[in-house]
Amino acid sequence: MAEIAIDNLRHSYDNDLSDPSRLALKRVDLTWKNGSAYALLGPSGCGKTSMLNIISGLVRQTTGRVLFNGNDVTDLPTEARNIAQVFQFPVLYDTMTVEQNLAFPLRNRGEDKATIRRRVGEVAEMLDLVPLLKKRAAGLGAAEKQKISLGRGLVREDVAAILFDEPLTVIDPHVKFELRRKLKLVHDALNLTLIYVTHDQSEALTLADEVVVMSDGEVMQVGTPQDLYERPKHRFVGNFIGSPGMNFIPCTLEGERLVFAGGALAAPNWLGPRLKPDQKLAIGVRPQALCVAGAGEEAVAGRIVEAQLRGDSYIADVAIGETLVKMRLPDHVALPTDVFGVHFPPRSTLVFADDRLLGDLHEQD
Amino acid sequence: MNKIEDNRAWFLILPVVLLVAFSAVVPLMTVVNYSVQDIFGPHQRAFIGVEWFREMLRDPDVQASFVRQILFSVIILAIEIPLGVLVALGLPRKGWKSSLAIVLLAIPLLVPFNVVGTIWQVYARPEIGLLGSTVNALGIPYNYTADGISAWVTIVAMDVWHWTPLVALLAFAGLRSIPDAYYQAARIDAASRLAVFRYIELPKMRSVLTIAILLRFMDSFMIYTEPFVVTGGGPGSATTFLSIRLVNMAVGQFDLGPAAAFSLMYFLVILLVSYVFYTILQRINAS
Repeated sequence: MAEIAIDNLRHSYDNDLSDPSRLALKRVDLTWKNGSAYALLGPSGCGKTSMLNIISGLVRQTTGRVLFNGNDVTDLPTEARNIAQVFQFPVLYDTMTVEQNLAFPLRNRGEDKATIRRRVGEVAEMLDLVPLLKKRAAGLGAAEKQKISLGRGLVREDVAAILFDEPLTVIDPHVKFELRRKLKLVHDALNLTLIYVTHDQSEALTLADEVVVMSDGEVMQVGTPQDLYERPKHRFVGNFIGSPGMNFIPCTLEGERLVFAGGALAAPNWLGPRLKPDQKLAIGVRPQALCVAGAGEEAVAGRIVEAQLRGDSYIADVAIGETLVKMRLPDHVALPTDVFGVHFPPRSTLVFADDRLLGDLHEQD
Repeated sequence: MNKIEDNRAWFLILPVVLLVAFSAVVPLMTVVNYSVQDIFGPHQRAFIGVEWFREMLRDPDVQASFVRQILFSVIILAIEIPLGVLVALGLPRKGWKSSLAIVLLAIPLLVPFNVVGTIWQVYARPEIGLLGSTVNALGIPYNYTADGISAWVTIVAMDVWHWTPLVALLAFAGLRSIPDAYYQAARIDAASRLAVFRYIELPKMRSVLTIAILLRFMDSFMIYTEPFVVTGGGPGSATTFLSIRLVNMAVGQFDLGPAAAFSLMYFLVILLVSYVFYTILQRINAS
């Protein structure tokens, strides 16, 4: 087990750092705490897999360091790093039995027979693979195969961290849930550092203690699922997390009011002093945070343009003047048919300047 | 659904029947016809049953050719399959170097068989050929027109030069189909280079190697043109393989009956051995 630190890392597959737009990873500084479960979340091609392969040593970064427990492992090859990695598609040694597959990493490291038998037994027990041990690995289903790939990682006692690269892509949805639960149990039992790459936010939010959101080779935010949801530090995170994503309403500061096309909200007193000239302001608010104004609450006038039923609630397009926002409305009360008051709860209404979070409307200096 | 019974439907398959008849059945039956008769002239013949077959099986020349042929195929497979795999492993996997290597490898495959024979016939000549004279200059006695071992070495070397690229290209195709994740997983599992070959590359190349072994067995077992051009079956009968013996018998001596019996057995042996090979390899792949 280990704490993994990424220090000032940049990577280009052409080994050319001069053009920042072509970098796979643009300056990453990050620490993965020992024993935590992380999800590495981001759209395809954002550098998640590159990050994983650099940690495991399959890819060597162009510049920067990777440290395990403070020791620089940049020059260590994969096999010396004690990393387990599970890939998108199950990798099995087809000619071997399940048991031989699980024993393979230990045999290669010259462990004695008794240790191998004990460890394989323990891992098979943990992953429910005992009845399959004598079977050929080639004939099994995708879920079992992926469990074996995972088992080959867990079988080593000294493994520093276990990395998953979208391991559930080829698994049926109902088995997916089961496997994810298993993974969580294994993580809790072994107290491993776990890094889980995915582009599926629900997977990331349910599995991880902390989520690292990446976009275009950059880490946008590291935080708990709740942090990401309620206080996205960057517009990208607000859009990417949540379905539908956060509403962003371009606005300007006029005196003590935040004015947007169709309405205005009271501006917090810290905003004016913190603002730099020429910054573009936007109000960010979750569709789930907006609500129909009660008596005496501050409100702007809105009108429903279209509403879609999503299970237990509606997601409505609401026009506030010329501005369209998405808003979640409960399905047990009738939808307002006429103009109604839309309330922006100050604690959940955020102000972004040039796509970066400044604060919420409730804070005061 | 109502079935319509109409015998005129048979006419619909007539073209195929005719095609197969004239391309396969009629020629084969002609050979069968010759093999069971003793023909003295255009209108004089006698039915003699399996007499020619019996005679051919007892013929020491045919037996010697058969042993020679088996030996040749075994040597060819033992050299070309491992060598082809080695070459494939050594080829660059990506980029222009890979394309260039494939083109260079494919060149021998594009040369007509009798040209291959002619090239080696000249190349290996002890007095004027580059290879022959060089080997002799090194103090190694080498003369394929006089010495049986030299003749075998020449023909085996020629076949290896001609056909190893085929094995290499097939093996290379098998290697290229292995996803990167397998190699990455092997590194994580600390597998040695040998283990990667044994547990990843070889199993993934199985099906293409099955094809390679079958093709190389059948072709080497039927080899005719190249040894005919280089040695003509000699010196003596050192390189008289089955097909050379067969052609001598059928065209040279015009012994149609024995030659027909011989060629039918030849055909059956290839069919049988290929079938056995195929079944064994299929069984290995399935298990």
